[in-house]
Amino acid sequence: MALLKSNKVIYCLGNISPALGVLSTRNSSWWGGVQMGPPDPILGVSEAFKKDTNPKKMNLGVGAYRDDMGKPFVLSCVRKAEAIITTKQMDKEYLGIGGLGEFSKSCAELALGAGSEVMKSGRYITVQTISGTGSLRIGANFLSRFHGGPRDVYLPKPSWGNHTPIFRDAGMELKAYKYYDPSTCGFDFKGALDDISKMPEQSVIMLHACAHNPTGVDPKQEQWKEISDIVKKKNLLVFFDMAYQGFASGDIDRDAWAVRYFIEQGHNILLSQSFAKNMGLYGERVGGFTVVCNDAEEAKRVESQLKILIRPIYSNPPMNGARIAATILNTPDLRSLWLEEVHGMANRIIKMREQLADGLKKEGSSRNWQHVIDQIGMFCFTGLKPEQVERLTKEFSVYMTKDGRISMAGVTSGNVGYLAHGIHAVTK
Amino acid sequence: MSIFSEVPQAPPVAVFKLSADFREDGHPQKVNLGVGAYRTDECQPWVLPVVKKVERLIVEDGSLNHEYLPILGLPEFRSASSKVALGDESTAIKENRVGGVQALGGTGALRIGAEFLRRWYNGVNNTATPIYVSAPTWENHNSVFADAGFKDIRPYHYWDAANRGLDLAGLLDDLERRSLFVFFDSAYQGFASGDLDKDAWAIRYFVSEGFELFVAQSFSKNFGLYNERVGNLTVVARDGENLSRTLSQMEKIVRTTWSNPPSQGARIVSKTLNCPELFAEWKGNVKTMADRVLLMRDQLKAKLQAQGTPGTWDHITQQIGMFSFTGLNRECGDKFSHTHTHTHLHTHTHTHTHMLASGLLGLSFKG
Repeated sequence: MALLKSNKVIYCLGNISPALGVLSTRNSSWWGGVQMGPPDPILGVSEAFKKDTNPKKMNLGVGAYRDDMGKPFVLSCVRKAEAIITTKQMDKEYLGIGGLGEFSKSCAELALGAGSEVMKSGRYITVQTISGTGSLRIGANFLSRFHGGPRDVYLPKPSWGNHTPIFRDAGMELKAYKYYDPSTCGFDFKGALDDISKMPEQSVIMLHACAHNPTGVDPKQEQWKEISDIVKKKNLLVFFDMAYQGFASGDIDRDAWAVRYFIEQGHNILLSQSFAKNMGLYGERVGGFTVVCNDAEEAKRVESQLKILIRPIYSNPPMNGARIAATILNTPDLRSLWLEEVHGMANRIIKMREQLADGLKKEGSSRNWQHVIDQIGMFCFTGLKPEQVERLTKEFSVYMTKDGRISMAGVTSGNVGYLAHGIHAVTK
Repeated sequence: MSIFSEVPQAPPVAVFKLSADFREDGHPQKVNLGVGAYRTDECQPWVLPVVKKVERLIVEDGSLNHEYLPILGLPEFRSASSKVALGDESTAIKENRVGGVQALGGTGALRIGAEFLRRWYNGVNNTATPIYVSAPTWENHNSVFADAGFKDIRPYHYWDAANRGLDLAGLLDDLERRSLFVFFDSAYQGFASGDLDKDAWAIRYFVSEGFELFVAQSFSKNFGLYNERVGNLTVVARDGENLSRTLSQMEKIVRTTWSNPPSQGARIVSKTLNCPELFAEWKGNVKTMADRVLLMRDQLKAKLQAQGTPGTWDHITQQIGMFSFTGLNRECGDKFSHTHTHTHLHTHTHTHTHMLASGLLGLSFKG
């Protein structure tokens, strides 16, 4: 341990760095120039909510499902899977860089469908990722390193807030295409097609597979077909974000329709999947990233490069959640139970939408709240303006994001009346 | 025509390829001395008894759910981890200038630290800042810092091949008269000597000397939680105010990398570190592992000497931790593989001891 007896290493701390002319001494910090980062717009809402002491407070910020008592919901199929796993007494050896094989396979199959030609031919690679965020980031890094086309990723306007910094941090540029029509609180189909037709060839276009976040506005199947056509004509690279399979309609096949249609139409897509919501595995960080390739040989090359990207981020992914998800997907009676429970969660949300729209009518609101019922999935784009949102939070302790998005999952039969009252109060 | 037609096949990551080759090898006496994962005297993976106990407690706790952790991770985990590194009596902790970022293993902690440094150290987004890593170092260090954007990753003298020890003069020469930010990688606390405090001595000394620094901590080895990806980036800052701004920027980095970290492993470690009885039990488990490795070092050296193997083998017992830099080079490996049909080094297919080409040998093997 001779190194530790030397004083020379210590003295170097007092020197001036010639490159910068910055004097760093014991009395100053390396981090004097670090600015305070703004709180995360979505997760910051939960933190503000926690501090509020109003007993009627409602957290409609983050998209985490709640039961009708407003409590987090651990799915029975998850508890059963955990019990099975415990009895197996497995070791904790490192997974491969690409993660748990049985998980990746069933993850792909869930999205693409059991009979998928892509799966049969092996012309795809799916790696286990750190939930949806981790999947998007790996995809973004992959594009940044290997995509020969333009640097631009087109996001729908609006999109999940975290999409932009993820792609930016990976070195991509962000652009937008029209999506949400505030005058109808619905899909701006014509605007979307128009913008897509103007995208340069080989640009990357991000599509939300179902239950668009934050608006809840999804294209109809006929509209998806037209989108596919024009995307093909423009030779765009499609990146699907599917964080809510099962949650939108309650039916996992129906929710994956767009993804499967695009593949059938010949798009070799990129796909991010999350099991945070549909299996309630939020904190276990379970997700997948898939690249559909020309053939199995190309898939092997792509896989090797994904591993090179992953290794210097976190080496290999966490086992626990993937093991739970794989057990559920691959055990027939657990899988059936899961499908029932997802259906149940989606149904409760649909019911809450109806009750909220109803409640607003009862309050005497003259506004059109049809979009509350028409929108799909966990989120509702209320149409509230930032000032109205601020009032709703300040006066009623209803917490939501500034864009007017509410998580329907946080609404219960016990508080939907209070919510309707508050929304009416700030919009009348 | 494919978007990916120009994507080249990347070489496999060496240590994972080694394990794959080992798995495919059918020889009954095969030995894998590649990856750094502890093995029992029966060559089996070992789930620590305290981990099994705590996992049962977690499963039985009906109040626990799978909700998101905060972006920076489980608070009790972060504080307990930093305390393990800096010590119970740490003044820096008492002065509220120590923080933690829960990360995915040691790798994750290194990456978040590297991303922060690229953005905020030595100016803003200064990718030209030199990064000094020991020669040799864990190969992934280079990729972590390169992928974080740094363009100039340089070696400092460390390993003295002639004497198979530390090249102190070379190290001091390389690092002298430079204003350096210190980033400790602590992947083996407890594993090296069997004593947590002894293994953290260097970190604590630097903190007591007034350094601001980062420590990338891994609980993969000392808790045997390899696949749960449990790590912590400990940040020691000049004061609470600097710490707070630094952590706020760490949050932004985490949010675009994995949003928030996985909960299972952190819960296990947190429960263990925060409960005196479990903490004591854990220390015992760690000592068991460290002692077995120390015993294997002794026995390996003794047997080599008993055989009259040419050369000196003191370095095997002077070195510390899971790995031994044998001093074997590729030529030795070749020679070895031709005369012994059941042992081999990395690239040969007709022998069965799997070791990295660098001569790096994992010591968790059977005596």
